[in-house]
Amino acid sequence: MGALIQVKDITKFYGPTLAVDHISFSVKEGEVFGFLGPNGAGKTTTIRMMVGLTQPSSGTAWVDGHNVTKETVEVKKTIGLVPEASNLYGELTSLENLIYQAELYGIARKERKDRALRLLEEFGLKEHQDKPFQKLSRGLKRRLTIAAALIHHPKILFLDEPTTGLDVMSARGLRKLILDSKKKGLTIFLTTHYIPEAETLCDRIAIIVQGKIRVVDTPENIRDQMKEAEVLEIGLDRTPEDLKSKLPSVDGIDKIVIDENRVRFHTRRLDQVASPIIRSLEGHGAKIKSINTLSPSLEDAFVKITGLDSELMKIDKPVKGGSES
Amino acid sequence: MREEIKRSYFIAKKDMGAYYLKPPLISWGLMLPIVFVFAFYFRNPAGIKEVVPGLIGLTLLFSCTSMAAIVITFEKRIGALERLLLAPLNFRTILLGKALGSTLFGLMVAVFITLILIPLMGLSVKHFWAFVLIFILSGLAFSLLGILISVGVKEVFEAMTMSNFFRFPMIFLCGVFFPVPSMPFPLPILSYLLPLTYTVDGLRHCLLEGIPMMPLFLDLLILLGFVVLIFALSLSIFKRRIRQDF
Repeated sequence: MGALIQVKDITKFYGPTLAVDHISFSVKEGEVFGFLGPNGAGKTTTIRMMVGLTQPSSGTAWVDGHNVTKETVEVKKTIGLVPEASNLYGELTSLENLIYQAELYGIARKERKDRALRLLEEFGLKEHQDKPFQKLSRGLKRRLTIAAALIHHPKILFLDEPTTGLDVMSARGLRKLILDSKKKGLTIFLTTHYIPEAETLCDRIAIIVQGKIRVVDTPENIRDQMKEAEVLEIGLDRTPEDLKSKLPSVDGIDKIVIDENRVRFHTRRLDQVASPIIRSLEGHGAKIKSINTLSPSLEDAFVKITGLDSELMKIDKPVKGGSES
Repeated sequence: MREEIKRSYFIAKKDMGAYYLKPPLISWGLMLPIVFVFAFYFRNPAGIKEVVPGLIGLTLLFSCTSMAAIVITFEKRIGALERLLLAPLNFRTILLGKALGSTLFGLMVAVFITLILIPLMGLSVKHFWAFVLIFILSGLAFSLLGILISVGVKEVFEAMTMSNFFRFPMIFLCGVFFPVPSMPFPLPILSYLLPLTYTVDGLRHCLLEGIPMMPLFLDLLILLGFVVLIFALSLSIFKRRIRQDF
Protein backbone atom coordinates (compact mmCIF):
# COMPACT_ATOMS: atom_id res chain seq x y z
CA MET A 1 0.00 0.00 0.00
CA GLY A 2 1.14 3.58 -0.69
CA ALA A 3 2.27 6.26 1.74
CA LEU A 4 -0.63 8.34 2.98
CA ILE A 5 1.63 10.68 4.93
CA GLN A 6 5.02 11.78 3.69
CA VAL A 7 7.15 14.00 5.92
CA LYS A 8 10.30 15.44 4.45
CA ASP A 9 13.03 17.13 6.44
CA ILE A 10 10.59 19.05 8.63
CA THR A 11 11.97 21.41 11.28
CA LYS A 12 10.36 23.70 13.81
CA PHE A 13 11.94 26.46 15.85
CA TYR A 14 10.08 28.29 18.62
CA GLY A 15 12.23 31.38 18.90
CA PRO A 16 15.74 30.06 19.45
CA THR A 17 14.49 26.66 20.67
CA LEU A 18 14.66 23.80 18.21
CA ALA A 19 11.55 21.65 18.81
CA VAL A 20 11.72 19.37 15.76
CA ASP A 21 15.01 18.75 14.00
CA HIS A 22 14.94 17.77 10.31
CA ILE A 23 12.77 14.68 10.56
CA SER A 24 11.54 12.55 7.66
CA PHE A 25 9.27 9.51 7.64
CA SER A 26 6.23 8.12 5.88
CA VAL A 27 3.04 6.43 7.06
CA LYS A 28 1.42 3.73 4.96
CA GLU A 29 -2.29 3.47 4.31
CA GLY A 30 -4.10 1.34 6.89
CA GLU A 31 -1.30 1.16 9.45
CA VAL A 32 -1.10 2.38 13.04
CA PHE A 33 2.03 4.49 13.23
CA GLY A 34 3.30 5.54 16.64
CA PHE A 35 5.50 8.41 17.69
CA LEU A 36 7.17 7.27 20.90
CA GLY A 37 9.18 9.65 23.01
CA PRO A 38 9.38 11.39 26.38
CA ASN A 39 7.53 14.63 27.12
CA GLY A 40 9.03 17.53 25.21
CA ALA A 41 10.47 15.29 22.49
CA GLY A 42 8.58 17.15 19.70
CA LYS A 43 5.71 14.68 19.20
CA THR A 44 2.84 17.18 19.49
CA THR A 45 4.66 19.79 17.41
CA THR A 46 5.12 17.23 14.64
CA ILE A 47 1.41 16.32 14.68
CA ARG A 48 0.42 19.98 14.62
CA MET A 49 2.63 20.59 11.59
CA MET A 50 1.16 17.58 9.80
CA VAL A 51 -2.43 18.76 10.31
CA GLY A 52 -1.76 22.35 9.28
CA LEU A 53 -2.12 23.91 12.74
CA THR A 54 1.53 24.94 12.99
CA GLN A 55 3.74 26.20 10.19
CA PRO A 56 7.07 24.36 9.88
CA SER A 57 10.22 26.50 9.97
CA SER A 58 11.55 24.44 7.06
CA GLY A 59 10.71 21.24 5.20
CA THR A 60 7.20 20.11 4.46
CA ALA A 61 4.78 17.21 4.59
CA TRP A 62 2.09 15.76 2.34
CA VAL A 63 -1.09 14.23 3.70
CA ASP A 64 -3.08 12.22 1.18
CA GLY A 65 -1.17 14.05 -1.53
CA HIS A 66 -1.89 17.53 -0.17
CA ASN A 67 0.89 19.85 0.90
CA VAL A 68 0.30 20.74 4.57
CA THR A 69 1.62 24.28 4.24
CA LYS A 70 -0.15 25.21 1.00
CA GLU A 71 -3.37 23.16 1.02
CA THR A 72 -4.37 23.25 4.67
CA VAL A 73 -8.12 23.22 4.05
CA GLU A 74 -7.79 20.11 1.83
CA VAL A 75 -5.58 18.44 4.46
CA LYS A 76 -8.15 19.16 7.17
CA LYS A 77 -10.89 17.48 5.11
CA THR A 78 -8.84 14.26 5.07
CA ILE A 79 -7.84 14.06 8.72
CA GLY A 80 -9.36 13.94 12.18
CA LEU A 81 -7.29 15.11 15.14
CA VAL A 82 -7.82 14.25 18.77
CA PRO A 83 -5.64 16.64 20.76
CA GLU A 84 -4.18 15.80 24.13
CA ALA A 85 -6.84 17.82 25.97
CA SER A 86 -10.44 16.87 25.17
CA ASN A 87 -11.62 20.22 23.84
CA LEU A 88 -15.23 19.97 22.75
CA TYR A 89 -17.72 22.62 23.86
CA GLY A 90 -18.62 22.24 27.53
CA GLU A 91 -22.05 23.83 27.22
CA LEU A 92 -23.21 21.60 24.34
CA THR A 93 -24.49 18.06 24.87
CA SER A 94 -22.70 15.06 23.37
CA LEU A 95 -25.17 14.93 20.49
CA GLU A 96 -25.05 18.70 19.88
CA ASN A 97 -21.25 18.61 19.85
CA LEU A 98 -21.19 15.91 17.18
CA ILE A 99 -23.85 17.64 15.08
CA TYR A 100 -21.92 20.91 15.30
CA GLN A 101 -18.77 19.15 14.10
CA ALA A 102 -20.77 17.68 11.22
CA GLU A 103 -22.00 21.18 10.33
CA LEU A 104 -18.46 22.55 10.31
CA TYR A 105 -17.37 19.78 7.93
CA GLY A 106 -20.22 20.54 5.54
CA ILE A 107 -22.03 17.22 5.99
CA ALA A 108 -25.51 17.26 4.47
CA ARG A 109 -28.29 18.16 6.89
CA LYS A 110 -30.17 14.84 6.61
CA GLU A 111 -27.00 12.88 7.37
CA ARG A 112 -25.71 14.84 10.37
CA LYS A 113 -27.92 13.39 13.08
CA ASP A 114 -27.68 9.83 11.74
CA ARG A 115 -23.90 9.92 11.76
CA ALA A 116 -23.82 11.46 15.23
CA LEU A 117 -26.18 8.84 16.66
CA ARG A 118 -24.25 6.01 15.01
CA LEU A 119 -20.99 7.25 16.54
CA LEU A 120 -22.56 7.66 19.97
CA GLU A 121 -23.75 4.06 19.74
CA GLU A 122 -20.39 2.79 18.50
CA PHE A 123 -18.45 4.59 21.23
CA GLY A 124 -20.79 3.50 24.04
CA LEU A 125 -22.06 7.03 24.60
CA LYS A 126 -25.72 6.58 23.68
CA GLU A 127 -26.96 7.00 27.25
CA HIS A 128 -24.94 10.20 27.60
CA GLN A 129 -26.14 11.84 24.40
CA ASP A 130 -28.10 14.58 26.18
CA LYS A 131 -25.49 15.30 28.85
CA PRO A 132 -23.43 18.48 28.46
CA PHE A 133 -19.81 17.70 27.59
CA GLN A 134 -18.59 19.38 30.78
CA LYS A 135 -20.58 16.88 32.88
CA LEU A 136 -18.93 13.79 31.35
CA SER A 137 -16.11 11.86 33.03
CA ARG A 138 -12.61 12.22 31.63
CA GLY A 139 -12.80 8.85 29.87
CA LEU A 140 -16.15 9.66 28.25
CA LYS A 141 -14.89 13.09 27.18
CA ARG A 142 -11.99 11.37 25.47
CA ARG A 143 -14.30 8.95 23.66
CA LEU A 144 -16.57 11.76 22.52
CA THR A 145 -13.58 13.77 21.29
CA ILE A 146 -12.48 10.79 19.20
CA ALA A 147 -16.03 10.33 17.91
CA ALA A 148 -16.09 14.03 16.92
CA ALA A 149 -12.84 13.55 14.99
CA LEU A 150 -14.46 10.73 13.01
CA ILE A 151 -17.74 12.44 12.11
CA HIS A 152 -16.59 13.34 8.58
CA HIS A 153 -15.13 9.87 7.87
CA PRO A 154 -11.48 10.96 7.69
CA LYS A 155 -8.82 8.80 6.05
CA ILE A 156 -6.32 9.44 8.83
CA LEU A 157 -6.90 9.81 12.55
CA PHE A 158 -4.27 11.65 14.57
CA LEU A 159 -4.31 10.87 18.27
CA ASP A 160 -2.10 12.93 20.56
CA GLU A 161 -1.39 10.99 23.76
CA PRO A 162 -4.81 9.30 23.64
CA THR A 163 -4.73 7.61 27.04
CA THR A 164 -2.88 10.21 29.10
CA GLY A 165 -4.67 10.89 32.35
CA LEU A 166 -7.20 8.08 31.94
CA ASP A 167 -7.87 5.35 34.47
CA VAL A 168 -6.85 1.79 33.58
CA MET A 169 -10.30 0.68 32.42
CA SER A 170 -10.94 3.77 30.27
CA ALA A 171 -7.47 3.48 28.74
CA ARG A 172 -8.04 -0.18 27.94
CA GLY A 173 -11.44 0.56 26.38
CA LEU A 174 -9.91 3.32 24.32
CA ARG A 175 -7.11 1.08 23.04
CA LYS A 176 -9.75 -1.39 21.93
CA LEU A 177 -11.58 1.40 20.08
CA ILE A 178 -8.34 2.35 18.35
CA LEU A 179 -7.72 -1.22 17.23
CA ASP A 180 -11.35 -1.53 16.06
CA SER A 181 -10.92 1.64 13.99
CA LYS A 182 -7.78 0.20 12.42
CA LYS A 183 -9.68 -2.96 11.49
CA LYS A 184 -12.14 -0.75 9.61
CA GLY A 185 -9.26 0.48 7.46
CA LEU A 186 -8.50 3.79 9.16
CA THR A 187 -4.89 4.94 9.11
CA ILE A 188 -3.89 6.03 12.60
CA PHE A 189 -1.01 8.22 13.68
CA LEU A 190 -0.60 8.35 17.43
CA THR A 191 1.85 9.85 19.85
CA THR A 192 2.53 8.28 23.19
CA HIS A 193 5.09 8.17 25.93
CA TYR A 194 3.83 4.80 27.19
CA ILE A 195 6.12 2.11 25.76
CA PRO A 196 3.63 -0.79 26.27
CA GLU A 197 0.93 1.25 24.53
CA ALA A 198 3.12 1.76 21.48
CA GLU A 199 4.01 -1.93 21.52
CA THR A 200 0.36 -3.04 21.71
CA LEU A 201 -1.16 -0.66 19.21
CA CYS A 202 1.40 0.19 16.58
CA ASP A 203 2.43 -1.54 13.38
CA ARG A 204 5.45 0.74 13.18
CA ILE A 205 7.07 3.06 15.66
CA ALA A 206 9.28 6.11 15.34
CA ILE A 207 11.31 6.80 18.47
CA ILE A 208 11.80 10.54 18.86
CA VAL A 209 14.05 12.26 21.38
CA GLN A 210 14.89 15.97 21.51
CA GLY A 211 13.23 16.59 18.17
CA LYS A 212 15.20 13.94 16.30
CA ILE A 213 13.98 10.54 15.11
CA ARG A 214 16.32 7.81 16.34
CA VAL A 215 14.70 4.83 14.65
CA VAL A 216 11.60 3.96 12.57
CA ASP A 217 10.64 0.29 12.44
CA THR A 218 8.19 -2.36 13.63
CA PRO A 219 8.18 -3.09 17.38
CA GLU A 220 9.55 -6.58 16.60
CA ASN A 221 12.47 -5.24 14.58
CA ILE A 222 13.27 -2.65 17.22
CA ARG A 223 13.27 -5.38 19.89
CA ASP A 224 15.51 -7.48 17.64
CA GLN A 225 18.17 -4.82 17.90
CA MET A 226 18.56 -6.05 21.48
CA LYS A 227 18.73 -9.69 20.54
CA GLU A 228 22.34 -9.97 21.53
CA ALA A 229 21.46 -8.90 25.06
CA GLU A 230 19.75 -11.41 27.31
CA VAL A 231 18.64 -11.33 30.89
CA LEU A 232 19.13 -14.12 33.43
CA GLU A 233 16.63 -13.73 36.26
CA ILE A 234 17.26 -15.69 39.44
CA GLY A 235 14.68 -15.86 42.24
CA LEU A 236 16.10 -16.25 45.76
CA ASP A 237 14.53 -17.10 49.10
CA ARG A 238 16.31 -14.03 50.49
CA THR A 239 18.78 -11.62 49.04
CA PRO A 240 22.14 -11.75 50.87
CA GLU A 241 23.32 -8.36 52.15
CA ASP A 242 25.63 -6.43 49.87
CA LEU A 243 25.13 -9.03 47.15
CA LYS A 244 26.56 -6.93 44.32
CA SER A 245 29.99 -6.69 45.94
CA LYS A 246 30.01 -10.39 46.81
CA LEU A 247 29.36 -11.55 43.27
CA PRO A 248 32.45 -12.52 41.32
CA SER A 249 33.55 -10.17 38.58
CA VAL A 250 32.48 -12.52 35.84
CA ASP A 251 33.36 -11.33 32.37
CA GLY A 252 30.27 -10.69 30.26
CA ILE A 253 27.87 -9.32 32.90
CA ASP A 254 26.79 -5.88 31.68
CA LYS A 255 24.44 -4.94 34.48
CA ILE A 256 22.99 -6.38 37.71
CA VAL A 257 19.54 -5.28 38.87
CA ILE A 258 18.27 -6.40 42.27
CA ASP A 259 14.51 -6.21 42.70
CA GLU A 260 13.58 -7.53 46.18
CA ASN A 261 14.35 -11.27 46.01
CA ARG A 262 14.93 -11.36 42.28
CA VAL A 263 18.30 -10.61 40.71
CA ARG A 264 18.57 -9.82 36.98
CA PHE A 265 21.88 -10.24 35.18
CA HIS A 266 22.08 -8.47 31.80
CA THR A 267 24.58 -10.30 29.63
CA ARG A 268 25.59 -11.05 26.08
CA ARG A 269 27.25 -14.39 27.01
CA LEU A 270 24.57 -16.26 28.87
CA ASP A 271 26.14 -19.67 28.24
CA GLN A 272 29.43 -18.58 29.83
CA VAL A 273 28.15 -16.63 32.82
CA ALA A 274 25.24 -18.73 34.07
CA SER A 275 27.26 -21.37 35.97
CA PRO A 276 29.70 -19.02 37.76
CA ILE A 277 26.78 -16.83 38.85
CA ILE A 278 24.80 -19.74 40.26
CA ARG A 279 27.86 -21.15 42.06
CA SER A 280 28.67 -17.77 43.53
CA LEU A 281 25.13 -17.19 44.81
CA GLU A 282 25.00 -20.61 46.44
CA GLY A 283 28.44 -20.01 47.91
CA HIS A 284 27.05 -16.97 49.68
CA GLY A 285 24.27 -18.96 51.26
CA ALA A 286 21.48 -17.87 48.93
CA LYS A 287 18.85 -20.49 48.16
CA ILE A 288 17.83 -20.42 44.51
CA LYS A 289 14.07 -20.76 43.98
CA SER A 290 13.80 -20.06 40.24
CA ILE A 291 15.90 -19.40 37.16
CA ASN A 292 14.50 -17.70 34.05
CA THR A 293 15.90 -16.16 30.93
CA LEU A 294 14.01 -13.07 29.77
CA SER A 295 13.68 -11.80 26.22
CA PRO A 296 14.56 -8.15 25.72
CA SER A 297 11.52 -5.87 25.71
CA LEU A 298 10.77 -2.77 23.67
CA GLU A 299 11.59 -0.86 26.84
CA ASP A 300 15.11 -2.37 26.84
CA ALA A 301 15.47 -1.43 23.19
CA PHE A 302 14.22 2.09 23.90
CA VAL A 303 16.77 2.53 26.67
CA LYS A 304 19.52 1.24 24.43
CA ILE A 305 18.57 3.40 21.46
CA THR A 306 17.90 6.64 23.31
CA GLY A 307 20.22 6.32 26.29
CA LEU A 308 17.30 7.59 28.40
CA ASP A 309 16.04 6.12 31.65
CA SER A 310 12.75 4.37 30.84
CA GLU A 311 11.30 5.82 34.07
CA LEU A 312 11.19 9.15 32.21
CA MET A 313 8.53 7.68 29.96
CA LYS A 314 6.22 7.02 32.87
CA ILE A 315 5.88 10.71 33.74
CA ASP A 316 2.65 12.28 32.49
CA LYS A 317 2.74 15.90 31.55
CA PRO A 318 -0.03 18.08 32.94
CA VAL A 319 -3.04 18.15 30.63
CA LYS A 320 -3.66 21.61 29.16
CA GLY A 321 -7.04 23.15 28.31
CA GLY A 322 -10.11 23.75 30.39
CA SER A 323 -12.25 20.83 29.45
CA GLU A 324 -10.76 18.08 31.55
CA SER A 325 -12.18 17.05 34.87
CA MET B 1 -18.86 31.47 -0.98
CA ARG B 2 -22.35 30.18 -0.15
CA GLU B 3 -20.82 27.25 1.72
CA GLU B 4 -18.54 29.65 3.66
CA ILE B 5 -21.50 31.79 4.74
CA LYS B 6 -23.41 28.67 5.73
CA ARG B 7 -20.56 27.48 7.94
CA SER B 8 -20.17 30.98 9.43
CA TYR B 9 -23.85 30.77 10.30
CA PHE B 10 -23.27 27.42 12.08
CA ILE B 11 -20.49 29.00 14.13
CA ALA B 12 -22.79 31.91 14.96
CA LYS B 13 -25.63 29.55 15.89
CA LYS B 14 -23.35 27.58 18.21
CA ASP B 15 -22.09 30.78 19.86
CA MET B 16 -25.66 32.02 20.35
CA GLY B 17 -26.58 28.79 22.13
CA ALA B 18 -23.37 28.46 24.10
CA TYR B 19 -22.78 32.07 25.15
CA TYR B 20 -25.23 34.74 24.04
CA LEU B 21 -28.65 33.39 24.91
CA LYS B 22 -27.75 33.00 28.57
CA PRO B 23 -29.61 35.03 31.21
CA PRO B 24 -26.57 37.02 32.47
CA LEU B 25 -25.65 38.27 29.01
CA ILE B 26 -29.24 39.06 28.02
CA SER B 27 -29.87 40.96 31.24
CA TRP B 28 -26.60 42.89 30.87
CA GLY B 29 -27.50 43.72 27.27
CA LEU B 30 -30.88 45.14 28.33
CA MET B 31 -29.79 46.75 31.57
CA LEU B 32 -27.47 49.38 30.15
CA PRO B 33 -29.93 51.08 27.78
CA ILE B 34 -32.72 50.91 30.35
CA VAL B 35 -30.51 52.62 32.95
CA PHE B 36 -29.57 55.33 30.43
CA VAL B 37 -33.21 55.92 29.46
CA PHE B 38 -34.25 56.37 33.08
CA ALA B 39 -31.27 58.59 33.87
CA PHE B 40 -32.09 60.92 30.98
CA TYR B 41 -35.80 60.84 31.51
CA PHE B 42 -35.51 61.97 35.14
CA ARG B 43 -33.02 64.69 34.20
CA ASN B 44 -34.97 66.16 31.30
CA PRO B 45 -38.26 64.42 30.41
CA ALA B 46 -38.95 66.85 27.55
CA GLY B 47 -35.58 66.28 25.86
CA ILE B 48 -35.49 62.49 26.03
CA LYS B 49 -36.64 62.15 22.41
CA GLU B 50 -33.45 63.84 21.27
CA VAL B 51 -31.25 61.12 22.74
CA VAL B 52 -33.28 58.12 21.50
CA PRO B 53 -31.06 57.60 18.39
CA GLY B 54 -27.99 57.76 20.63
CA LEU B 55 -29.48 55.31 23.13
CA ILE B 56 -30.28 52.84 20.36
CA GLY B 57 -26.75 53.25 19.01
CA LEU B 58 -25.27 52.68 22.47
CA THR B 59 -27.42 49.58 22.94
CA LEU B 60 -26.08 48.20 19.66
CA LEU B 61 -22.50 49.07 20.61
CA PHE B 62 -22.57 47.51 24.07
CA SER B 63 -24.55 44.39 23.19
CA CYS B 64 -22.51 43.68 20.05
CA THR B 65 -19.16 44.09 21.79
CA SER B 66 -20.07 42.46 25.13
CA MET B 67 -19.02 38.92 24.18
CA ALA B 68 -17.33 39.58 20.84
CA ALA B 69 -14.46 41.25 22.64
CA ILE B 70 -13.64 38.13 24.65
CA VAL B 71 -14.97 35.21 22.62
CA ILE B 72 -11.81 34.34 20.67
CA THR B 73 -9.48 34.95 23.62
CA PHE B 74 -11.73 32.80 25.80
CA GLU B 75 -11.96 29.94 23.29
CA LYS B 76 -8.22 30.06 22.73
CA ARG B 77 -7.67 29.72 26.47
CA ILE B 78 -9.97 26.70 26.88
CA GLY B 79 -8.62 25.03 23.74
CA ALA B 80 -11.92 25.22 21.84
CA LEU B 81 -10.60 27.57 19.15
CA GLU B 82 -8.39 24.71 18.04
CA ARG B 83 -11.51 22.79 17.02
CA LEU B 84 -12.44 25.55 14.59
CA LEU B 85 -8.89 25.74 13.29
CA LEU B 86 -8.92 21.99 12.69
CA ALA B 87 -12.12 22.08 10.65
CA PRO B 88 -11.76 22.72 6.91
CA LEU B 89 -12.57 26.41 7.31
CA ASN B 90 -10.51 29.39 6.31
CA PHE B 91 -9.78 32.22 8.73
CA ARG B 92 -12.33 34.44 6.98
CA THR B 93 -15.16 31.98 7.67
CA ILE B 94 -14.22 31.68 11.35
CA LEU B 95 -14.07 35.46 11.87
CA LEU B 96 -17.30 36.03 10.00
CA GLY B 97 -19.00 33.34 12.12
CA LYS B 98 -17.79 34.90 15.35
CA ALA B 99 -18.90 38.37 14.21
CA LEU B 100 -22.29 37.10 13.02
CA GLY B 101 -23.11 35.52 16.40
CA SER B 102 -22.34 38.74 18.16
CA THR B 103 -24.23 40.84 15.59
CA LEU B 104 -27.36 38.68 15.87
CA PHE B 105 -27.31 39.04 19.63
CA GLY B 106 -26.74 42.81 19.42
CA LEU B 107 -29.56 43.20 16.90
CA MET B 108 -31.92 41.19 19.07
CA VAL B 109 -31.31 43.40 22.10
CA ALA B 110 -31.35 46.64 20.08
CA VAL B 111 -34.58 45.74 18.25
CA PHE B 112 -36.22 44.89 21.59
CA ILE B 113 -35.21 48.28 23.05
CA THR B 114 -36.24 50.08 19.84
CA LEU B 115 -39.66 48.46 19.85
CA ILE B 116 -40.19 49.80 23.38
CA LEU B 117 -38.69 53.26 22.87
CA ILE B 118 -40.29 54.26 19.56
CA PRO B 119 -43.95 53.94 20.59
CA LEU B 120 -43.16 55.15 24.13
CA MET B 121 -41.65 58.37 22.79
CA GLY B 122 -44.24 58.80 20.05
CA LEU B 123 -41.62 58.52 17.29
CA SER B 124 -41.99 57.06 13.82
CA VAL B 125 -39.45 55.56 11.45
CA LYS B 126 -38.76 57.36 8.18
CA HIS B 127 -36.60 55.63 5.55
CA PHE B 128 -37.40 52.16 6.92
CA TRP B 129 -34.89 50.20 4.82
CA ALA B 130 -32.11 52.64 5.61
CA PHE B 131 -33.05 52.23 9.28
CA VAL B 132 -32.69 48.44 8.91
CA LEU B 133 -29.39 48.85 7.06
CA ILE B 134 -27.99 51.11 9.79
CA PHE B 135 -28.81 48.43 12.34
CA ILE B 136 -27.13 45.67 10.32
CA LEU B 137 -24.04 47.64 9.30
CA SER B 138 -23.55 49.12 12.77
CA GLY B 139 -24.08 45.72 14.39
CA LEU B 140 -21.43 44.21 12.12
CA ALA B 141 -19.02 47.12 12.60
CA PHE B 142 -19.31 46.99 16.41
CA SER B 143 -19.04 43.19 16.53
CA LEU B 144 -15.97 43.30 14.34
CA LEU B 145 -14.51 45.99 16.57
CA GLY B 146 -15.01 43.58 19.47
CA ILE B 147 -13.42 40.78 17.44
CA LEU B 148 -10.51 43.07 16.56
CA ILE B 149 -9.87 43.53 20.27
CA SER B 150 -10.32 39.81 20.89
CA VAL B 151 -7.75 38.79 18.28
CA GLY B 152 -5.30 41.48 19.33
CA VAL B 153 -4.92 40.50 23.00
CA LYS B 154 -3.76 37.38 24.80
CA GLU B 155 -5.84 37.32 27.98
CA VAL B 156 -9.55 37.70 28.69
CA PHE B 157 -8.99 40.51 31.22
CA GLU B 158 -6.97 42.45 28.63
CA ALA B 159 -9.89 42.12 26.23
CA MET B 160 -12.31 43.50 28.84
CA THR B 161 -10.02 46.46 29.57
CA MET B 162 -9.41 47.19 25.92
CA SER B 163 -13.09 47.03 25.00
CA ASN B 164 -13.97 49.56 27.71
CA PHE B 165 -11.10 51.74 26.55
CA PHE B 166 -12.83 51.92 23.16
CA ARG B 167 -16.45 51.92 24.24
CA PHE B 168 -16.67 54.50 27.00
CA PRO B 169 -15.11 57.41 25.08
CA MET B 170 -17.58 56.67 22.28
CA ILE B 171 -20.47 57.53 24.64
CA PHE B 172 -19.23 61.12 24.77
CA LEU B 173 -17.56 61.49 21.39
CA CYS B 174 -20.13 60.16 18.96
CA GLY B 175 -23.02 62.57 19.26
CA VAL B 176 -25.05 60.39 21.62
CA PHE B 177 -25.74 63.23 24.03
CA PHE B 178 -24.01 66.27 22.45
CA PRO B 179 -24.00 67.06 18.72
CA VAL B 180 -20.58 66.44 17.23
CA PRO B 181 -20.25 69.86 15.50
CA SER B 182 -20.76 71.62 18.85
CA MET B 183 -17.77 69.87 20.45
CA PRO B 184 -14.56 71.84 20.95
CA PHE B 185 -11.69 71.23 18.53
CA PRO B 186 -10.02 68.67 18.16
CA LEU B 187 -12.70 66.32 19.59
CA PRO B 188 -14.79 66.25 16.35
CA ILE B 189 -11.77 64.78 14.54
CA LEU B 190 -11.84 61.84 16.95
CA SER B 191 -15.62 61.60 16.53
CA TYR B 192 -15.32 61.22 12.76
CA LEU B 193 -12.96 58.28 13.26
CA LEU B 194 -15.51 56.28 15.28
CA PRO B 195 -18.33 54.21 13.72
CA LEU B 196 -20.91 55.05 16.40
CA THR B 197 -20.91 58.68 15.14
CA TYR B 198 -22.42 57.52 11.82
CA THR B 199 -24.85 55.12 13.50
CA VAL B 200 -26.26 57.92 15.63
CA ASP B 201 -26.35 60.37 12.72
CA GLY B 202 -28.11 57.83 10.50
CA LEU B 203 -30.63 57.02 13.21
CA ARG B 204 -31.31 60.75 13.67
CA HIS B 205 -32.20 60.90 9.96
CA CYS B 206 -34.68 58.08 10.44
CA LEU B 207 -36.24 59.07 13.76
CA LEU B 208 -36.02 62.84 14.30
CA GLU B 209 -36.78 66.07 12.48
CA GLY B 210 -33.99 68.60 12.13
CA ILE B 211 -30.61 68.70 10.46
CA PRO B 212 -28.30 65.73 10.92
CA MET B 213 -24.55 65.97 10.37
CA MET B 214 -24.33 64.47 6.87
CA PRO B 215 -26.51 62.85 4.18
CA LEU B 216 -28.01 59.47 5.06
CA PHE B 217 -26.37 57.64 2.15
CA LEU B 218 -22.98 58.87 3.35
CA ASP B 219 -23.62 57.54 6.87
CA LEU B 220 -24.45 54.16 5.33
CA LEU B 221 -21.45 54.23 3.02
CA ILE B 222 -19.05 55.12 5.83
CA LEU B 223 -20.50 52.38 8.05
CA LEU B 224 -19.97 49.90 5.21
CA GLY B 225 -16.41 51.17 4.92
CA PHE B 226 -15.87 50.55 8.64
CA VAL B 227 -17.20 46.99 8.28
CA VAL B 228 -14.79 46.23 5.42
CA LEU B 229 -11.84 47.97 7.08
CA ILE B 230 -12.24 46.43 10.54
CA PHE B 231 -12.85 42.99 9.00
CA ALA B 232 -9.68 43.21 6.91
CA LEU B 233 -7.69 44.43 9.90
CA SER B 234 -9.07 41.71 12.22
CA LEU B 235 -8.39 39.03 9.61
CA SER B 236 -4.79 40.10 9.18
CA ILE B 237 -4.17 40.23 12.96
CA PHE B 238 -6.01 36.93 13.49
CA LYS B 239 -3.87 35.13 10.89
CA ARG B 240 -0.68 36.54 12.38
CA ARG B 241 -1.74 35.71 15.94
CA ILE B 242 -2.66 32.14 15.07
CA ARG B 243 0.71 31.62 13.38
CA GLN B 244 2.45 33.02 16.44
CA ASP B 245 0.44 31.13 19.04
CA PHE B 246 0.09 27.74 17.36
